[in-house]
Formats: sequence, structure tokens, C-alpha cells
Amino acid sequence: MAYFILKRLIQSVFVMLAVAFLAFALFRFVGDPISQMTGVETTIADQERLREELGLNDPFLVQFARFSGKMLVGDFGFSYRTRQPIGEMLLSRIPATLELGTVALLISLLVGIPAGVYTALRPRGAVTQAILISTLVGVSIPTFVIGIFLIFLFGVQLGWLPTFGRGGTVQFGWWRSSLFTVDGWRALVLPALTLGVYQLTLTMRLVRAEMMEVMRTDFIRFATARGLPMRALHYRHALGNTMIPVITIIGLQFGGVIAFSIVTESVFQWPGMGLLFLESIRFVDIPVMGVYLVVIAFFFVLINLVVDLLYLAIDPRLRVKEAA
Amino acid sequence: MLVVENLTVEFPGRHGVFTAVEGISMTVAPGEIHGLVGESGAGKSTIGAAVIGLLQPPGRIASGSLRLGETDLRALTPEQAHRIRGKRISMIFQDPQTSLNPLMTIEDQLIETILAHEDIGTQAARARAIALLEEIGIENAAARIGAYPHQFSGGMRQRVVIALALCTNPELIIADEPTTALDVAVQSQVLELLRRLADTRGIGFILITHDIGVIAEITDRVTVLRGGRVMEAGATAQVLGAPTHPYTRALMAAVPRLDRKLERFLLPAVEGDAPDLPEAVDEAEYAANWLLSGLRHASSGPALEIAGLSVRFKGTRTSLFHAPEPFAALSDIALSVKPGTVLGVVGESGSGKSTLARAIVGLVNPAAGAMRFAGEGLPYGRVRARSHPVRRAIQMVFQDPYSSLNSRHRIGEILAEPLKLYGIERDPAQRRRLAGAMLALVGLAPDAIDRYPHQFSGGQRQRIAVARALLARPSFLICDEPTSALDVSIQAQVLNLLKDLQARFGLTILFISHNLAVVRQMADDIVVLKAGRIVEAGPSEAFFAAPQHPYSVELLSLTPSLALLDGAA
Repeated sequence: MAYFILKRLIQSVFVMLAVAFLAFALFRFVGDPISQMTGVETTIADQERLREELGLNDPFLVQFARFSGKMLVGDFGFSYRTRQPIGEMLLSRIPATLELGTVALLISLLVGIPAGVYTALRPRGAVTQAILISTLVGVSIPTFVIGIFLIFLFGVQLGWLPTFGRGGTVQFGWWRSSLFTVDGWRALVLPALTLGVYQLTLTMRLVRAEMMEVMRTDFIRFATARGLPMRALHYRHALGNTMIPVITIIGLQFGGVIAFSIVTESVFQWPGMGLLFLESIRFVDIPVMGVYLVVIAFFFVLINLVVDLLYLAIDPRLRVKEAA
Repeated sequence: MLVVENLTVEFPGRHGVFTAVEGISMTVAPGEIHGLVGESGAGKSTIGAAVIGLLQPPGRIASGSLRLGETDLRALTPEQAHRIRGKRISMIFQDPQTSLNPLMTIEDQLIETILAHEDIGTQAARARAIALLEEIGIENAAARIGAYPHQFSGGMRQRVVIALALCTNPELIIADEPTTALDVAVQSQVLELLRRLADTRGIGFILITHDIGVIAEITDRVTVLRGGRVMEAGATAQVLGAPTHPYTRALMAAVPRLDRKLERFLLPAVEGDAPDLPEAVDEAEYAANWLLSGLRHASSGPALEIAGLSVRFKGTRTSLFHAPEPFAALSDIALSVKPGTVLGVVGESGSGKSTLARAIVGLVNPAAGAMRFAGEGLPYGRVRARSHPVRRAIQMVFQDPYSSLNSRHRIGEILAEPLKLYGIERDPAQRRRLAGAMLALVGLAPDAIDRYPHQFSGGQRQRIAVARALLARPSFLICDEPTSALDVSIQAQVLNLLKDLQARFGLTILFISHNLAVVRQMADDIVVLKAGRIVEAGPSEAFFAAPQHPYSVELLSLTPSLALLDGAA
């Protein structure tokens, strides 16, 4: 167990190093940092002095080591655009994205799994067909169209919900949360739905496919032949085995939601990391883009570790074989 | 107890209705084991599924009656039928690897099943589960009940499956090929257990199997099925001792006998075989001449010689600081194969038979030892060049004909590959000619060349695999359980083919099988493997007449055999 985690952690270090290298290369090689930082009125001599001060004349590996080392202690450098420390900028944005992503994930799980189970157990029913067709529509429409449609319906026509921003928030230390006020929730509903609907269709179809596969296995047939109650059959025996592959995909999805909620955040002007990333792209704020890359990779690595541990918890075959 | 009358099961499909079984009548009395025997497609499993009410949709019972005691099984609502499952009728499936939920302890699965039918509380259910496991032959049941299925070996797992089927005290158990996936040693234990349960508990069994040996061992009555119809039925001793139906006789003739070696098997006629057309004979002759012209008569020395061969596999690492003990799959193997003879390698699963084959062809790397092929040293797999001539000279036929042919290639491409790969024949037209001729030689119709593997049955595919091996003009053939996935009659066909080819072309064959009766039919010499070591080696006839090592004696005594019926015949 401990060995397994340790092995995963060591692998993660290599992944992070590779990503850090990419981020560094982005920073170092996409254009000249000095000419981006300075205006036309800076003299060549000043530019050279700056270059020396910032260590840009040092050998490549030294620069990369310095870059990685600073990252490790939480010094992410400064944004070209706002001149603020990038660490602080991200820290103020992360809660918004995480809350949005988590709520979207919950929507997709709480609706997607039951719907997947239902459609798997009644593959020919009328309700199943209706659900399948409507989710097909859900998959086909791009996220921003769903978002704009929701804004139009609930924000503009009905006027029930706000269409941008986070609404009322509460501060806990550095974490600014919108989960503790009615206003915050009202603001959260539309973007979370937009993000969740697509995930939901994917989760549902995946659960359905896996569940139908599991229902055909011998151990389900054997359990049926033993006359187990249908409920135990479906929810204890079948669903447990269904979840093993589903967890991987859900983990990746969650990573995806956090990393690529850009479109949704931009449609709803949600002040999260995605919006920050978009603004950085617009102003060619390369340091922010690099750090964003590293932070997102870190989330992915973290999520994958959690997924692996979940596997271990669910599937006894992966645990260390005890003397049987 | 169970009375089936005139049962007909249909599967409506797009191309009309397919009748899987038709007009079946049979009875099972308490304490009786009723065997259903036949080849695949005979409808054996369909009858079992119909009795327990688990026909795969769209299958349906078209007519007939099914009565269990006083209950009319056909009149039940789905809910009532489900309540009877487990309570009065239970089922045992073929593969113990897949019939248990891998995520739940067997304790949970047993208790859950007991509580589903009786309201006796968890403690009582647990006590009964432990008692049952002890009865079934699992030692230290109180401690092991908390284990997961993967922590049991195949035979133990099948015992757990039987315990699950038994734990609700059913009247009837349908056992669908319960021992097909097991070793002979384990098989005989499981069969013994079934017999004991029938005798002591008075449970009626329907035993579905394709293995007449199993039928002969433990059943009281037997029904021989073919194409969904009853060919012959009656008391086992009578039906197998003095078969009246020609199909029963043919089926029995196709069973390899442990007690004697047959030159050829008589075959029940199988549909879809190529008739002996004159052109086909000519083609076969062409392929035969081609093979003969390529034969290089080896020197008088052994074709293959192995000394001190050991193969080790790394264990799964569980700790950072302790390297796991390597697992010795083969230790200190020494054998030699004379040219033009068949060496049979026998042993139970895990004894290292397949590892031996893989070490010879270079798929696994030995840890130590020397291999010599036709007098020349054979490099280990990792350092054996892709172009090494031995890669052509030694060919392999694998166990599973369903996965050993590329399903996206036409038969013609599959067969032409060795010709192209080894540079034997450069002209594509000639390659195709040879591929077609080789098909005729292994007894397949010429139009097979443009078809895909899925259009053939298992036996036909295995013949294609043999043809592919032959097209490399090998001097040495390794057959790894070539017939264990096949029905008896198909097995007989493939064995006949191999015997013919061996006699005609003087092939040297390493024949691996867990089935001693099959090996007896093929082998000139025998090697018995146990846990990676050779425990006995010698000429085949002497071995079967008087095995020396206790393990060999045990293996022989455990192999189900028709011999016990000879007295009755």
C-alpha cells in the first residue's frame, strides 16, 4: 500500500518536471521576455542590465532549475499585465473554479449515474429512448450555446437568475466561497448547469454501457440463478463493478472541468482560473499562462492519485495479496 | 421430481425462428444425476436455462411442460419464478473465475444468498455458511470465509460456487459444464463432491457436459443430444455400454481412450466439410509434394535437446525494500526429441508446460540452461535474431483458435504470410496457389481462401492454424493444447489430421496437453511436468502400461475414462 503510493508519487514528480519544463520553455522561448517587459524607450544598455539582473544570460539548465525551485517554494513570478504576483492572482481565482467544477461534477454524478442505471436496466423502455435521444442533443450542442440559451431563458426572459459574476460570497481565510449565501447559489446555478449538462450525458452513457456489460457477466447470471433480490443484484453486485472504469473517466472529467471551464467562465463572466487564462492569452501574459499550465497539471496528477486510491478501496484484487 | 415434457425452445430472429431444442422430455429424481451430453450447439445449456427460467432474450419456451414437484414452472409469474431460483432450483456455471462477484468477500455473498431466502438473521446465516464450506471441503473455513474470490484457486473457487448454489438447500441443481475449466485432479474432486451431495442430501442434478468421460464417471442417467433433439436416453451404463443410436456410437468412438492407442478416430459426419473432390485431392497432392520437396532430412541426432533449462518470473513487488522472490516456472528441465517422433508433455495447469513451449520458440527468456536444435545451439529469445533460421523451422499451433488468427485478415493473407515472411516464395500468385493447396491438404474447401476467420468453426480454424504453421515448411511443430477448446468430434478430426501429417512428412512434434487420453493417442514419448520439474519421462507405451512416479499414477487414475463401461459392454 505504502509502496504503491510512493511509486505513484515518484511518477508524479516526473510528470510535474516535464510540465514545468514545458511551461518554462513557453516562458523562455516564445518571444523575448525582455522586449515584452520593456517599452520602446528603454535603452539597449538598460535592457542588457535587466537581462543580467533577471539571470536570463545564465545557462539554460541553471535557469530551469531556478524556475522549478521557485515554483516549489510557491514563488510563481509576476504577471506582465497586472504586475501582481501570479501566486496571489491564482489563489484568488482557484476557489471560484473549484466550486463551479465540484457543483457541476455533483450534478453530473447525481443525475448521470441513476439515469445510466435506469437506462441500462430497461434498455428498450420508452423513457430510456427519450432519455437517450435528449442526451444526444445535449452532447451535440456546444457548451457556449447551452450557456447562452440558459442566460436567455432564465436570465433575460424569466429574470429569475443573475447571468454573470459570483453573487454574494463569504470569505474564509483566503478562500472566497459562494456556497454559503442564497445569492451565491443563484449565481452558481446557471454556469454549473451549463458545465454539468455535458458531463452528465457522458457519465450517463458511460454508466449505461458499462452496466449493460456487467449485467451480461457470469457472476450476475449466477446471482440471478441464486434468486437474490433484484435490488441487491442491481445496486450491490452490478453497480459496484460498473463503477471501476467509470471512476477513471469521472476523474479525468473533473480535471477537464477545472482546466477547461474557460468557455463557461467566459460566457458567465465567472471570475475563475479559466477567465484569468483567457485574459492572459489576450494580453500575451506568458508567465501567467506557464503557471496556469503547471497548476492544472498538478490538479490532474492529484486527481489521478485519488482515482488510484479509490480503485484500491473498491477492488480487492488490487490490494496486496494477503495469505489466503 | 423434475419432469420435462416435449420442451421446445425457440429464438425468434431476423431470419425467422430458430428452434434451439425440440420435443425434449426428461425426468430427474431426487438424488439422481442426470447427464446431458452433446457437442456445442446441441441445446444442452438451453435446456438448463429453460428449467431455471433464465433463457437469454429473445429465447422463449414455445411448447411443452416443465414441472418441479407440484409446481408448474411455466405458469409462474416472473416474480414467482425469481423466488424459486436459489430456493428450489440452483445453478453452477462453467467458469469459477467469472461466476463470483470479485468485489465482495465470499462471506458476504453466502450470507446475502441465505438471507435472500430465509429470515434467520446474520449470525445463523454465517454459521451455516461456515458449516457448508467445511462440508464442501474448504479447510479452516471460519478464517477463510472472509477472503475475496481471487484469493482462492480455481478448484477452491468452484467449491465456493457449489456452496453458493447449495446454501439455500435447493431440490435441483443445474450444473453447466462445472468441471470443464478445471484440471483433472480438481475435476475429479469436484465430481466426487457432486456425487456425494446427490447421495447424502438427495439433491437432483442436471449435469451438462460435452465430456463423455465425465458422464461415465458420475451420472445415473444420460440424455444424448444433437441439434436440439434427443438421440438416445436411458440409464448411463446401458446407453454408454450398449449404445443403440449411431450418433452415440460415433461420439464415443471419437473420445480418446486412455487404455489404448488408436491409429485413427472414426468421426461422426460433420456438416460443412469439403467433399473429396478430385480437384481437391490434386491440390492436396500439390501441397504435399511441395512440403516433401522442402524437407531436409536431419542428421540422426536429436531434433531438439534441452539441458538444465530454468525459467523464472519476477514476483509482484509489494515493498520498496524487499525484492520479491522470483517464481520458478521451470527448473532444470532436460529432454530430447528424436526427429520424426512426437513428444507428449503433460501436467496440470501451472506446471510449466506452456512456459516450456514459449522458451523454445523464444517468447520467454530462460534464466539458465542450454537448448540445441538439430545439433546447433539455440539462442535465448532476447538475443535470437529476427532472421534466425530457427524462427521458421519451429512453428507453433496455439490453444485458442478464436484468438490466434487475425480476424481482420482473409484466410489467404493469413496463409501467405509465412511464405512471404520467410522469403520462401516471392511470387504472389504462387503464394496464393500454395495457400489454396494447403487448405485442401488440411481438408477445407477451396473457397475458404477469400473468407474471414469468423466464418469458420473452431475445428476449421484450428486446421487453418495448422495450415499456416505448415506453410513455413517447419521441421518441428509445437502444439500447445491444440484441441482443448474443441468438441470431441472436432478434436478427433484435428488429431487425425496431425497424425496423418506426422506420418506423411515425418514432422517432429512437441505435443502439450493436460488430457492424458489425448496425449496417449499422439505421443511416442512422454514427459510429465509437475511444478516446473520433470517427474517422469520415457516411452509412451511403457508409461501408460506402468507409470513409475506416484504423481503420474495419480494423474492417470484421475482422468475420466470410458474404461469402466467396457465391463458392461
